[in-house]
Amino acid sequence: MLRYIAHRLLLMIPTLLAVSAIVFIIIQLPPGDYLETLIAEMQSRGEAVDQNQIAALREAYGLDKSPVEQYFSWLFGLLQGDFGWSFEHNRPVSELIGQRILLTFVVTFSTILFIWVVSFAIGTYVATRQYSVSDHVATLIGYLGLATPNFLLALVLMYFANQWFDISIGGIMDDEYRNQPWSFAKIGSVLEHLWIPVIVIGTSGTAGMIRRLRANLLDELQKQYVVTGRAKGLHPRKLLWKYPLRVALNPFIADIGSILPEVISGSAVVAVVLNLDITGRMLLDALRAQDMFLAGSFLMFLAMLVVIGTLLSDLALAALDPRIRLSGGTTR
Amino acid sequence: MTETRDPRDDKTPEDVPHFVSDAPFDPDIEVVLTEEQEKYYMASQWRLMWWKLRRHKIAVAAGIFLLLMYLIAVFAEVVAPYELQHRDVRHTFAPPQGIHLFHEGKLVGPFVYGFTSKRDPETLQKIYTADKSKVNRIRFFCAGGYRGSEYEFWGLFKGDFHLICPESNRKPVFLLGTDRLGRDMFSRIVYGSRISLTIGLIGIVLSFTLGIVIGGIAGFYGGIVDNLIQRLIEILKSFPRLPLWMALSAALPAKWSPVYIYFGITLILAMLDWPSLARAVRSKLLSLREEDFAVAANLMGASTKRIIGKHLVPSFASHLIASASLAIPEMILGETALSFLGLGLRPPVTSWGVLLNEAQNIQVVVLYPWLMAPMIPVILVILAFNFLGDGLRDAADPYK
Repeated sequence: MLRYIAHRLLLMIPTLLAVSAIVFIIIQLPPGDYLETLIAEMQSRGEAVDQNQIAALREAYGLDKSPVEQYFSWLFGLLQGDFGWSFEHNRPVSELIGQRILLTFVVTFSTILFIWVVSFAIGTYVATRQYSVSDHVATLIGYLGLATPNFLLALVLMYFANQWFDISIGGIMDDEYRNQPWSFAKIGSVLEHLWIPVIVIGTSGTAGMIRRLRANLLDELQKQYVVTGRAKGLHPRKLLWKYPLRVALNPFIADIGSILPEVISGSAVVAVVLNLDITGRMLLDALRAQDMFLAGSFLMFLAMLVVIGTLLSDLALAALDPRIRLSGGTTR
Repeated sequence: MTETRDPRDDKTPEDVPHFVSDAPFDPDIEVVLTEEQEKYYMASQWRLMWWKLRRHKIAVAAGIFLLLMYLIAVFAEVVAPYELQHRDVRHTFAPPQGIHLFHEGKLVGPFVYGFTSKRDPETLQKIYTADKSKVNRIRFFCAGGYRGSEYEFWGLFKGDFHLICPESNRKPVFLLGTDRLGRDMFSRIVYGSRISLTIGLIGIVLSFTLGIVIGGIAGFYGGIVDNLIQRLIEILKSFPRLPLWMALSAALPAKWSPVYIYFGITLILAMLDWPSLARAVRSKLLSLREEDFAVAANLMGASTKRIIGKHLVPSFASHLIASASLAIPEMILGETALSFLGLGLRPPVTSWGVLLNEAQNIQVVVLYPWLMAPMIPVILVILAFNFLGDGLRDAADPYK
């Protein structure tokens, strides 16, 4: 097991390096840089542009160096916890994104929990009642859930909440807590608002998970050991819980690697619609304004969340399944 | 036993005629297949797939629906009553009109009631009410005669024939309402289908090509090449798609023409989609390579190109088609999400996502909920692709 953990941890280093390189290339892709945008803006307003000042800024931000040098200084900054400077907000990136990253993490984590709980309950229920009315209803809702883009779901929910209950469901906390330090009241407010984004983001993942759990459990229930158990008079509940369900739960952990990117993707758009203080809107604005360090930090953080999540799920899977641990390979 | 005598026993052998069949003797008579059996056993793989798919009623229905949608996309100019950019300045933000058949107890055929509008003195918002005295009939298979009816079909030749049209500009028909410039939502959704539906197709062609080539290289050569490609796929898959799509499309130069942007977006969508296809191709290649027929072909001296092209690819092409039909909706969704956020296609190019972009603000949505209408075709099309894909996936292995 230790060997396996070490192997996976070592494998993570090149992965994260590659991820950081890709992120840096992407944020460098737009022609020009933020200062050029700034100059163009100042010129269009008729302000005089002081070339010396621009050159000084360029040097201060390291924009005059070659891309490779810029990449390495950015990378070393990241390692030391210095995420660079946001041109647009004129503040260090780490100050800007701290709370948002925490909230993104909270939303992601609760969404995964939501997916697990709901799909476990519904999946087990419908699999033990194959072709019943509830099975068909769940299947239909599952298809709809998979087909409805979550940002549209958010829009519809907001509309109906407004029409029927006359409430606004946007935001991740009440406005008065926005710039306050963390307190119990603030945490309470976040928890109060959390359920809407969690449902919206989690729906498609839940639908997919129910399908997989149902299929797995149905496969498992047809196996001979279940038939033998039933023939020997094992209590139906024990017959379900003891082995088939445990085997069928495999995708709960194995699929984290594919669900996590989906959830994070979803949260980025839903955040824009629901006006959440997580990555969404700020990332969008940063991308538009070529605020490269801010955008880059967000992208890097989101990718890191996935990489670490996948690592944890791989480790959990290895702990559960000796075949993976012993072969020492990767899970897929 | 002796009491009942069989009457036949009395007959001499001469009385019984000796029967000899004239038919030619065929020792294989039991093995020969009837025509129906022959049709079944000799059917090609594709025919078997088709038979299996045909039994999947929902998949067939979804396929027909999609065919219809693509037909609409092709003939958008004819289906839409108004031209894409036609503005009716007197009817901005007009609500959808319900279709009626009877007016004051008399059958007049399908028609809608016209509007009377007044301005709210406080909010300055236009308020429309259905005017029960104005009967705006809907004409079918009609040749224009009103502003906004003329179009250039695919930019090639002019026409003004429509499936449905209003009587005149004074008696407009807005089945799904109008937007802030007084443009007919229904027409815009019909035109939008052209972009939204093709972006998935073009994207899948690109991602297919990338996936087959890269997956094929990995699966065939194995070793270090395979290892490197596998790592690359893993890294690409570990990125959350949408933020990456957002970043990439934000990098498209603003100066580009709409057509370039369109292809740029398609390329971006394909760039994150090929890894899963490549992985499927690779694993299929690896397992099929060891099959008897591949080994046999190899022993008979077939070249690698021939083995891959003639034997391996056809045997998993059906699987690829199935996974492609499941990947198309994701691309349509991706484009919709990007355009919705304002990062994807931009007006005047019109896709469903671009239309939904107007519905981004909750205040607007509450006042004019019909701006959300483009989400209905989005959901239906994605649903249909999913059903079709499921059916295809089940049918992909007809020998099971």
